[in-house]
Amino acid sequence: MPKYLLLKHYRGGPEPHRPVPPIDQWAPEDVEAHMAFQHHVSALLEENGEYVDAQALAPAQTWVRYGGPDAAPVTTDGPHPETSDLIAGWWIIDVDSHERAVELAAYVSSEPGPGGEPLYEWIDVREVMWERPRTTDAA
Amino acid sequence: MIDGSARRLDEGALRVLVPRVLAGLVRRGEDFDAAEDALQEALLEALRVWPEHPPRDPRAWLTTVATRRLVDARRSEAARHRREEAADTEPVPAVTEQGDDTLFLLFCCCHPDLAPASQVALTLRAVGGLTTREIADAFYVPEATMAQRISRAKRVLHGRRLDRPGDLAIVLRVLYLIYTTGHGYGPPRPDLAREAIRLARQLTLATEEPEARGLLALMLLNHARLPARFDSEGRIVTLDRQDRGLWDTREIAEGVRVLQSALAVQRPGRYQIEAAIAALHDDAAGAEETDWPQILAWYDDLVALTDDPVRQDPAAVLGRAVAVGHVLGPAAGLRETDRLRDVLGDRHRWHAVRGHLHELAGDLPAAATAYVEAARRATNVAERDHLVRQAARARAGRAVQLTDP
Repeated sequence: MPKYLLLKHYRGGPEPHRPVPPIDQWAPEDVEAHMAFQHHVSALLEENGEYVDAQALAPAQTWVRYGGPDAAPVTTDGPHPETSDLIAGWWIIDVDSHERAVELAAYVSSEPGPGGEPLYEWIDVREVMWERPRTTDAA
Repeated sequence: MIDGSARRLDEGALRVLVPRVLAGLVRRGEDFDAAEDALQEALLEALRVWPEHPPRDPRAWLTTVATRRLVDARRSEAARHRREEAADTEPVPAVTEQGDDTLFLLFCCCHPDLAPASQVALTLRAVGGLTTREIADAFYVPEATMAQRISRAKRVLHGRRLDRPGDLAIVLRVLYLIYTTGHGYGPPRPDLAREAIRLARQLTLATEEPEARGLLALMLLNHARLPARFDSEGRIVTLDRQDRGLWDTREIAEGVRVLQSALAVQRPGRYQIEAAIAALHDDAAGAEETDWPQILAWYDDLVALTDDPVRQDPAAVLGRAVAVGHVLGPAAGLRETDRLRDVLGDRHRWHAVRGHLHELAGDLPAAATAYVEAARRATNVAERDHLVRQAARARAGRAVQLTDP
């Protein structure tokens, strides 16, 4: 069974299908519905036996690189360009096919937004590579 | 390592025995590292033998078998190092301290040379009797990672003579760290909070230090509110909106009793003071009955413990700002938080407190902005979601803390 990473972004990705204001500007009921849906997705995946992992990332981002011999690491906290990618979190799923991963990603993207309308959020779907060839593949 | 079946065998009895046997071995002058390994082997042996032949005296049985393992290990070690100088012939230090085994082991596990994460892991393993797997689960790391952390910690202790009393302040800090790890917002984990309370209770039997009792009281008085801190959907319920009928009155009663016995010694410290504040919250039948002036008085004592509280204890200054907001008014509370901007301005709690104070003042737009800033800096999902909700409600012009039931 292949594993896929379903990535959610704070920013970046294709042009939004439906621009929406930040979540704190939604009606409180819409905020509740949105959060309830996130929990529902994890519960659903667990129920299906497709869940592997889910994590949320805080938005603060620090880029780090080696500073050279005897030098401190070089870091930058931004500001980063408004268009740069900023990952918000992910689900890792273990599913039968790429098709199923796409189906689930589309379901994630149907999460309710302002007015209860689907958000149509772009979800980044990436296959997780295996460490080494699987013996079953050779059969 | 004790596996699941050994735990089922007789969990309670084993967990009490492990630290006592280990303490006995280490006091006798055995190396902590080697003694812990030998005891783990003895436990495996017990798992094999006890179901058929239960020992008359389990503690003596474990001590004997662990000692045999230690002798075996030393023999093969000695063979390896035969040609090296005989450092081994140094006499084993006389056992002089007859204090409680638990206290002694806590000092070993909370050795100042260990990093806090290692102190916590070793304490849970050697004193708490938790398995490596359970500790790994509690901290969301792979079992192999936790096993490595524990074995590195034991290596640090290797060869050290652990015959001197350690620093009780570190022990208290480690227990509190275990408690808060289990008590924090987030999905339920192996019950570290309960474990920390159990260890703190044992500690209070071994030392007269009032801060140990202060810590136990603080844990009990906070833990009592746990059932009310989340709703059925896992959402955070703030103190002012909690169903106080869900609070554990037995824990509160015990916490108050322990706190009173500590305060009677008249050597106050930060845990006793924080426990006193928690007791005042627990004591109010409703949020509006909270005795804020007395809470503020305790916060005054708390910040007076350090020379430069803004730098040395900013959390206390922030807590005091909330009390100031309730006693002297939100504007005064906000002025207090201004002093912390340089130190805490990047932490979510600072912004969340300001949001609360703006809301007290009836300034909902400012509250919403502060809650958004707080949400952006939150480091756990439950708290982030809570702050986003607060922001959305304030933005929608609905006061959360003041008018809702």
